[in-house]
Amino acid sequence: MHRAIRAAAAAAGRGLSSARGASPRSPGAPAWGAIRWLCSGREALSYDVVIVGAGPAGLAAAIRLKQLCRAADADLSVCVLEKGSEVGAHVLSGNVFEPRALDELIPKWRQEDAPIRVPVSSDKFWLLTKNQAWTLPSPFDNKGNYVISLSQLVRWMATKAEELGVEVYPGFAASEILYDENQIVTGVATNDVGIAKDGTKRETFQPGVELRGRITLLAEGCRGSLSEKIIRNHKLRERGQGQHQTYAIGIKEIWEIEEGKHEPGSVIHTVGWPLDTKTYGGSFLYHLDDRQLAIGLVVALNYRNPFLSPYDEFQKFKQHPAVRKLLEGGTAVQYGARTLNEGGFQSIPYPVFPGGAIIGCSAGFLNVPKIKGTHTAMKSGMLAAEATFQALIEGSSMELYWENIKKSWIWEELRTARNYRPAFEYGFVPGMALSALERYVFKGKSPYTLKHGKPDHEATDAANRHTPIQYPKPDGQITFDVPTSLYSYFKVEVMCLPNNIFILYSNPSFLWYRSNTNHEHDQPPHLRLRDPTVPERINLPVYAGPESRYCPARVYEYVTDEKGDPKLHINAQNCLHCKACDIKDPKQNIEWTVPEGGGGPGYTVM
Amino acid sequence: MKILVAVKRVVDYAVKVRVKPDRTGVETANVKMSMNPFCEIAVEEALRLREAGAAAEVVAATIGPAQSADTLRTALAMGADRAVHVLHDPDPARPLLPLVVAKILRAVALQEKPGLVILGKQAIDDDCNQTGQMLAGLLQWPQGTFASKVLLDKEKQKATVEREVDGGIETICLKLPAVITTDLRLNQPRYATLPNIMKAKSKVIKKVTPEDLNVDIRSDMEVTEVNEQPKRKAGVILSSVDELLDKLKNEARVL
Repeated sequence: MHRAIRAAAAAAGRGLSSARGASPRSPGAPAWGAIRWLCSGREALSYDVVIVGAGPAGLAAAIRLKQLCRAADADLSVCVLEKGSEVGAHVLSGNVFEPRALDELIPKWRQEDAPIRVPVSSDKFWLLTKNQAWTLPSPFDNKGNYVISLSQLVRWMATKAEELGVEVYPGFAASEILYDENQIVTGVATNDVGIAKDGTKRETFQPGVELRGRITLLAEGCRGSLSEKIIRNHKLRERGQGQHQTYAIGIKEIWEIEEGKHEPGSVIHTVGWPLDTKTYGGSFLYHLDDRQLAIGLVVALNYRNPFLSPYDEFQKFKQHPAVRKLLEGGTAVQYGARTLNEGGFQSIPYPVFPGGAIIGCSAGFLNVPKIKGTHTAMKSGMLAAEATFQALIEGSSMELYWENIKKSWIWEELRTARNYRPAFEYGFVPGMALSALERYVFKGKSPYTLKHGKPDHEATDAANRHTPIQYPKPDGQITFDVPTSLYSYFKVEVMCLPNNIFILYSNPSFLWYRSNTNHEHDQPPHLRLRDPTVPERINLPVYAGPESRYCPARVYEYVTDEKGDPKLHINAQNCLHCKACDIKDPKQNIEWTVPEGGGGPGYTVM
Repeated sequence: MKILVAVKRVVDYAVKVRVKPDRTGVETANVKMSMNPFCEIAVEEALRLREAGAAAEVVAATIGPAQSADTLRTALAMGADRAVHVLHDPDPARPLLPLVVAKILRAVALQEKPGLVILGKQAIDDDCNQTGQMLAGLLQWPQGTFASKVLLDKEKQKATVEREVDGGIETICLKLPAVITTDLRLNQPRYATLPNIMKAKSKVIKKVTPEDLNVDIRSDMEVTEVNEQPKRKAGVILSSVDELLDKLKNEARVL
């Protein structure tokens, strides 16, 4: 229904603290630091810094800015926009947290009730075959790290930010970048809301609002929609480390398991089954507290077989005897999915553009062999904040952000980790061998830098080179069909393809809203096809419609219309905002744009 | 004329509700809370009446813990002028029942002296559908429940309410002051815009306690246990009426 309103409640309530004590920036400026004027028919609000995305990077930047202001007795107005209905609603991550950046940002976090309570107690690494789990020496070193829910951590960070005077507004989606006549970015605009599916204005129509910032920081997470536009328009990849970004999709569930099976802090990673030797990926099982278990599968999106369904691979994985026995007797509590960067060092773009910078996973600082990106995302936010502060107060260039990244531990860490992932281009065994070489012989000082393979969307083979994969039927106890994971009611549809018949299951007696996902029904679909004929002309005949398989929310289905022809049907309402389609569509024909703010998943413990 | 709108903070309608492991209630920690959807419709109706000139002021009220102020801020962000927050920390074993809520709202109404009290027809957590009716009874005011249309006549001090009843639509005329509860088709609540959210921060929320209002909130009902619904068992296909009778008599024991 009206997530925006709900979001407003949460925002406004938490935003109370930001209305106090802001020193006047200019004569007559209202206490909350916003000046309004009407421009191009839209209201405009002004801030010194506008941050898009209330994730670890965005909030770390906001907090750091306010800390710098306090130390220098200056004041800058900072606004953070978040498209989720509340902070953390769109945040999903494993997560084994390395507190390195948080220690720098909020040294006393332990005394401030941070939701970081479970230290890693054991670290195991298994090679799975269909029925066995072989213990391998763990390549990870998680001493000093914690098993957390990033969604919870980010909500805590938001309260810290608001205590410092940051204005955080969940429920508002930044859909447009604002430019001045010199093509310098001057802020963002939120999307118009209350537009019906057919494009007409509904009774509840409200135009978007412009948020003007002297500096704009984009912290949208992996494959951010505005960030991708900026990267393309300003050729930031070529001006950075040069390689394209590569991605993986992570599918995750939180389970409440039986007391006797739960070991808080236990960390397990697996490789091997169910993925084949040509598909990079692996799984994770992290024990939190309160009998909760985070379990997930990460599949690199440069997989070749168009019949692969990461969601079904995950369900298959849960059936492994070593995994099943953990889950039996438990309940699945939350489900979600999100893509993540795997390009590492070679794919870091030049992250500065006229008027702002890109921070966190929107640029891409995830350390792939460590499978951690939160600490580097936070650090990048802090570095950007420092450069922003200097730019606004002293007039220096934002170029300083890039210089600081290159001098920081982010650079050193990612440089050391740079060859692990690209090694798997040569296959699973060479990949493992080269990784062992990196780790035990070169110890990060390898004389070469491997390159990535083809971009993920180009890596998909034509369907006629593979056979469809028969995935086992979900049992409803350990494994579930997508509707059960998303929510209850769903129609049963039979998709008829030229050579194969696919059936969508439904189970209407379940009433699970596990991902808590929803969107205002009556709005234009936010998943746009650049060329509407491509799905039926190319995706379906050549690739057997891979979008109907890699989307973890089954947004894309091919249904037969009245004439008996297959047609792509987009159930945009199911969307989990994971961005897999934007990444993996073979012709890059699907464009993920941001829907009305407040929609999308409602993660609370992911 | 003033309009008083009562709103309730409930678990967000899109959230999957779960029972706590100790079975004392429903899990509310780490769960998204929002304004009850019917209450949103009530706020929207009050705002429309004010915008049409039938009322001068819209006051939002809620009963709940400190976090319920969020719900009031939503109402203020939508356009309410000010708010009243009756502070009460919930006890899952003794939740506030509609009669007590009605008593508190009665005290607020007697203080505020509105010409109209609008509430949602029911809350999506307890589905009681009683508070509006009880409030009208306690105040001895006329009531128009399940409203799908409200027309206010300021001069004649009357409200014409179309009610959604089982048989169809019933139109009644109420002398003000009156109590109206909203049904789904009354209106589409507006989005709160960013500028309005910012404006709402400076609107006044008056805090009171039930003691200030002289209302005794002791409940004579106690929740002893909350359980999940038993899993639906698979159906059985029978071959004859005799078998059906046998099962009904001996297994289900309903005959």
